[in-house]
Amino acid sequence: MKFAIALFSPPHAPSSRRALRFAQAALDEGHEIVRLFLYQEGVHSASSHVVSPQDELNLTQEWQTFVSDNQLDGVVCIAAALRRGVLDGDEARRYSRDGANLQEPWSLSGLGQLHEAVQVADRLVSFGGA
Amino acid sequence: MSKSVLIVSRQAPWAGPGAREALDIALAGGAFDLPLGLLFLDDGVFQLAPAQQPAALQQKDLAANLQALPMFGVGALYASARSLQERGLQEATLGLPVEVLDDASLTALFDRYDQVITL
Repeated sequence: MKFAIALFSPPHAPSSRRALRFAQAALDEGHEIVRLFLYQEGVHSASSHVVSPQDELNLTQEWQTFVSDNQLDGVVCIAAALRRGVLDGDEARRYSRDGANLQEPWSLSGLGQLHEAVQVADRLVSFGGA
Repeated sequence: MSKSVLIVSRQAPWAGPGAREALDIALAGGAFDLPLGLLFLDDGVFQLAPAQQPAALQQKDLAANLQALPMFGVGALYASARSLQERGLQEATLGLPVEVLDDASLTALFDRYDQVITL
């Protein structure tokens, strides 16, 4: 089955951990993830500036490894990201900010990417919505 | 055929960017001519309240953006009757023409759409 996965909650929320575990399980079971889409507070899971205490789960690092190792399409809503201070190099330059903190392979794009993923996938599974 | 998407907006307009971000999903989808519905549920119905004064909270007026929904091709607008009633809002005074649905109709509404996004 083709899944689109949307994440709306911050990295420390239980729903964000569940999103990652669901995504891992989906691939383990032979399913396909057409796109991961981070929106609202979910954008922080793509930030390289999140520092977890050493004895706690480092979810942003786990996401980065997971998306990278599996060559997934990890998209972060640009408007939601800018509002929350998650910037790639281009946006940091555009708005004269000191540093970029969007971790590769995540990329910034628009909400059209969420809609497209929903159209392509058999199921949209959302985590951390209201 | 395109999959239909129901967006469920549950945040009050003053409760942070949630309401605006739910609306943005609807407007973006409307721009792609997708079959979309937008349901105002729970505190989300406060977005429809008349005579809001967002400037008092240094907030932008969400109502103007809501008015753009039909222009963006999002004409299927719904509100929960129970949510309105619990918050003392009258259908006749709402800032947007919405179809007010009782709980049984809400269940049918969720069944009608292929996908649901709740914010």
